[in-house]
Amino acid sequence: MKAFPNILPIFRRELKSYFNSPVAYVVIVVFLAILGWFFSNNLFLNNVASLYIIFDSPLVRILFLVIAPAITMRLLAEELKSGTIELLTTKPVKDVEIIVGKFLAAWVVLGAALLPTFLYVLTMAFLGSIDVGAVFSGYLGLLLMGGVFIALGLLASSLTENQIVAFILGFIFVFALFMIDKVLPYLPTFMASTLEFMGVDFHYSSIARGVIDSRNLIYFASILFFSLMLATVSLERRKW
Amino acid sequence: MSIAVRNLTKLYGEQKAIDGISFDVKTGEILGFLGPNGAGKTTTMKIITCYMPPNAGTVEVDGLNIEEHSLAVRRKIGYLPENNPLYHEMNVLEYLEYAAELHGMQRSHIQHRIKEMVHVCGLETVRHKDIGELSKGFRQRVGLAQAMIHDPDVLILDEPTSGLDPNQIVEIRNLIKQLGRAKTVILSTHILPEVQATCDRVLIINEGKIVADGTPEQLQQEFRGSESLTLELLTNGADALQQISPKLRALHGVGSVELLGQKNGTARFMLHVEKGADVRADVFRKAVVEGWVILEMHRKATTLEEVFHKLTAG
Repeated sequence: MKAFPNILPIFRRELKSYFNSPVAYVVIVVFLAILGWFFSNNLFLNNVASLYIIFDSPLVRILFLVIAPAITMRLLAEELKSGTIELLTTKPVKDVEIIVGKFLAAWVVLGAALLPTFLYVLTMAFLGSIDVGAVFSGYLGLLLMGGVFIALGLLASSLTENQIVAFILGFIFVFALFMIDKVLPYLPTFMASTLEFMGVDFHYSSIARGVIDSRNLIYFASILFFSLMLATVSLERRKW
Repeated sequence: MSIAVRNLTKLYGEQKAIDGISFDVKTGEILGFLGPNGAGKTTTMKIITCYMPPNAGTVEVDGLNIEEHSLAVRRKIGYLPENNPLYHEMNVLEYLEYAAELHGMQRSHIQHRIKEMVHVCGLETVRHKDIGELSKGFRQRVGLAQAMIHDPDVLILDEPTSGLDPNQIVEIRNLIKQLGRAKTVILSTHILPEVQATCDRVLIINEGKIVADGTPEQLQQEFRGSESLTLELLTNGADALQQISPKLRALHGVGSVELLGQKNGTARFMLHVEKGADVRADVFRKAVVEGWVILEMHRKATTLEEVFHKLTAG
């Protein structure tokens, strides 16, 4: 942190700004409402006490496809539009600090949406027994995947000063990453294993199953790193 | 803290926004950057503040090259960008604190300094308000306060008074003057009285090139020559065009005479006077000899406005 002292103030400002505006609340409420509906249906109508809805069904991941770009769309697009980016970049701040600070704030907002789902976990623990290891790896998987989505959304937000365009672009990015391994049946077999490895769901499923393999971690880390790097480069476009 | 700009060139695509400009700003000087819209003022400022690099040329702030020592240079500069962008959802104190943190100021020092800036910029009454709720004048003060929060040696202000009402303009101007005493200031404007009121030196820039450089007085001196004399006479029946004009024209130092109009036995003339000449005494004597009565005689010296117009129009 010594070499990047400005990540913290930028992170704090962004986080405050999320909770000062309706964005974070709307996103969190929508997420919880939809998730809660399916979870309680499963619990009360089907009489199944399980965390399947959260960790195994694709529901949370599909919701992430929408809420991650919704969280990130304003991050840079807003500053590019209003011109505050000029204030920020003419302060003694490195571009990478701006990107990382904003990324972390948006990631925390996504995490905040996930946090109340822990109540479901507690409910399940109360009703029956839960596999603590599975819960841990499930949350880890969701957080990692969410982080990758947020990083891609931030990249999208750096490419335009229009928030709607940023949202749509971000959605396209994360949707592509999500869909890569879903189109396997239509492709020649020699491409299958490569594409499967590129799909985000494949790695999520491994981790959620409890296989916290370095390959999966490296996958998430490299996409995250790559997206943030591209976003930094994109922020430096003003210099071209 | 001096600024040295050398052969600065910036291209936007094919178009040259600034074209090989060079100038120096000395410590403690308030430099006014004057030019029509699109002349390259903002571009030059964006380069000096390290927002974007030039295509060619160098800028040194206190001997530090802006590209090699970008962070160090940015630490020394306080910048108010064009249109004064601000975070509307933050309140004044939060925003100033954020700006101070980004400048790497000591925690203990920040609160003290914010208090000082709030006082200097007259923000006491609005310090807890969201910036989005403030009037344009207050926003401008917030912009100035954030630019000066870290007590920079160099202040770069891009149109600091644009969009303000006349009272606010005077206030902001006085603020800049007062604060600028110990600092090196570059401010851009296209409001000419502003330059005369605040600046030690003026740089007129047009189509990316510097066309004039000097104190406001020097520029007025240098670009004189188009001085004119308005004259209104009671003609006593003499024909203004046929009889009076040629006689005025014949006076030493008069370049040309224009009849502006005549009615009820009076005539108005505009005499264009050659550079450095003062023909008022001769006009008076001539009038006495000819029996004209001078109702009005008014000399109009070149204003900075005319200098500006001459240098930047067409």
